[in-house]
Amino acid sequence: MAALRTTTSRLLTSPFLRRSYATVDPISNLGEAMSSTQPPVSPKHTSTINEPSQSPEARTKTFHIYRWSPDTPTQKPKMQSYTLDLNKTGPMILDALIRIKNEVDPTLTFRRSCREGICGSCAMNIDGVNTLACLCRIPTNTSHQARIYPLPHTYVVKDLVPDLTQFYKQYKSIKPYLQRDTKTEDGLENRQSPADRKKLDGLYECILCACCSTSCPSYWWNSEEYLGPAVLLQSYRWLADSRDEHKAERKEMLDNSMSLYRCHTILNCSRTCPKGLNPGKAIAEIKKTMAFT
Amino acid sequence: MRLSGLQRGVLSLYRHCLREIQKKPADVRENFKGFARTEFEKNIALDMKDFAAIEYLLRKGQRQLEIYSSPGIRNII
Repeated sequence: MAALRTTTSRLLTSPFLRRSYATVDPISNLGEAMSSTQPPVSPKHTSTINEPSQSPEARTKTFHIYRWSPDTPTQKPKMQSYTLDLNKTGPMILDALIRIKNEVDPTLTFRRSCREGICGSCAMNIDGVNTLACLCRIPTNTSHQARIYPLPHTYVVKDLVPDLTQFYKQYKSIKPYLQRDTKTEDGLENRQSPADRKKLDGLYECILCACCSTSCPSYWWNSEEYLGPAVLLQSYRWLADSRDEHKAERKEMLDNSMSLYRCHTILNCSRTCPKGLNPGKAIAEIKKTMAFT
Repeated sequence: MRLSGLQRGVLSLYRHCLREIQKKPADVRENFKGFARTEFEKNIALDMKDFAAIEYLLRKGQRQLEIYSSPGIRNII
């Protein structure tokens, strides 16, 4: 029995518990709070606990964030507002989102992974522009209120998470891998001259964040059949690859009125690309190769 | 009675479910049927004019059907 008691007392005074209850002894107050016979003291007779003194130069900024939960499909999507002190927040929108999730509202849902613009998970529409939250600075102007939406014209899974199934299906349809029938002369790797490798610069950097495709009006209206800038850029990446031997097949697949030629050079894709790539140019290059061969 | 496009979509999804159930082993078909029915009945009280919710549930149902119709799934409890 003694042994048992020591273990429980050690558990109760563990540093974890002590920290979470800071100044309140959890056990001695429990009886009072639980008993229904004693009503709680009226607020007139108690003092108010103030927040830890706010720094005089607190820069509070408001974020309006799109919220929708699949658990209650009958409730309409709504905009939820959160205010944060920018002095305590990191410089990027993603830092603000993570801080909201950690400290204010744990139900807020968004995708994030690398926080440095290499995974493409945190693509969303911030202040009307599709971009990666981890590469987008919070505008320091506190009178301006940031508005954050999921990628436009995508089905929403929850809050800021878009359903990219269709996008990935289209990516799969262009066979994004090296296709060869012959072996190399020496049976070793498929080598490439530096000049040929240079042709892939500006194409291989694409992280498939879907920012460009979802900013393209042509893709909004024909997302079933039109491949969209991101997938066409990847398609060109394989057309431009000197090692690929199925170029004729790839071109034939694009040779219809929908897959490629729904691009009307609106160039929203090049304007929005968070990696600074130029899908518009890649599409133009595909059109050129289709026209001249 | 004339049905709206959305209503026909729901009925067509249910028919698809029934067809897929026929491809399952005979002794467990009742389990699948019961599951499909309860999934539909969960939302039976939905307002007929709540198009956004119905469309979302239709998409969700289609995704579920795709998953459950895989031959790897042989029973459901």
